[in-house]
Amino acid sequence: MSAFFTKLFPHPILTLALWGVWLLLNNTVGAGHIVLGLILAISIPFLTSGFWPEKNRIRAPFALLKYAGVVLWDILVANMAVAKLILGHNKDLRPGFFYVDLDIQTPIGISLLANTISLTPGTVSCDLTEDRSRLLVHALHIEDIPAAVKEIKERYEAPLNKIFTVC
Amino acid sequence: MFEWILSALILVGAFFTLVGSIGLYKLPDFFMRLHGPTKATTLGVGALLIASALYFSFNTDQISLHEVLITIFLFITAPVSAHLMAKAAIHIKLKQVKRTQNIIK
Amino acid sequence: MLETSLLIAFSFVALALLLAFIRLLKGPDVPDRILALDTLYINAIALLVLLGMYFHSALYFEAALLIAVMGFVGTIGLSKYLLRGDIME
Repeated sequence: MSAFFTKLFPHPILTLALWGVWLLLNNTVGAGHIVLGLILAISIPFLTSGFWPEKNRIRAPFALLKYAGVVLWDILVANMAVAKLILGHNKDLRPGFFYVDLDIQTPIGISLLANTISLTPGTVSCDLTEDRSRLLVHALHIEDIPAAVKEIKERYEAPLNKIFTVC
Repeated sequence: MFEWILSALILVGAFFTLVGSIGLYKLPDFFMRLHGPTKATTLGVGALLIASALYFSFNTDQISLHEVLITIFLFITAPVSAHLMAKAAIHIKLKQVKRTQNIIK
Repeated sequence: MLETSLLIAFSFVALALLLAFIRLLKGPDVPDRILALDTLYINAIALLVLLGMYFHSALYFEAALLIAVMGFVGTIGLSKYLLRGDIME
């Protein structure tokens, strides 16, 4: 049963996401589109599963929800801060590059972390070293680099590391 | 009341969109300019799209949620394109403003 | 009320488009121009969404979605070109 299930739904999350996107695209919850969307959502991951060899398991869905909430809140706060910096006096800004040493291993974890860094307070992720061990980050205005690294690691990396695991 | 919320969302969205472009216009080097469009513009357009979803949900007889799709899409793609542009800029050794800490050569 | 705020929003977004366009012309380097194009397409989405509300028409949504997708692909393609000197490998 379980083997049959994994064969039919190689990526259950992708299936759900595709179904949701189909319904949103057509902007309807009519019965026809629910069935058609379900057919597409099942057949596309099934037919293309060869292209997605690695599987991602979400170990803690509630932690993911909490993380999404934290990130959304930070995006709002970050935008106020960045708007103030941009509209203020640009001569006083102290931009800088710094590296964040990564504990997180999974590709999806790293990409989510990089995306989060780009969307939150005054930082943009610029580059990942070849061995996936360090992330280069540019900050618009930074005074205390070790504190910023510590905040990124505690606020974003630790929860992401808990949520995603390698299978 | 509803109109007030909608107007506030539209004005906030348009304001942040403008802030992003002001950042693009006046900041001194490429890496600093990158911050304006990736953050402010994304949030601004997000707010406008939410306003549009609310507007069409309340002013027509059916609920309209497809604007959410663009919002999600923008929130996923904006950091990705920012990352690639920054990577390309580092690759071609773009000059950074002198007061940058830890200049990458 | 809504009409007025929409008109103010139009002027904001139009100004944003203008600033991004000036950056596109000024450069000075290729990544700056790519970033300006990226901002231009996101601002175009904002303008289309506002137009949709102003004219009370859902038709603008499709155009906005297409611009979002195509703009992203364009930005990625241009950045990749800078990185590798080639878009596809």
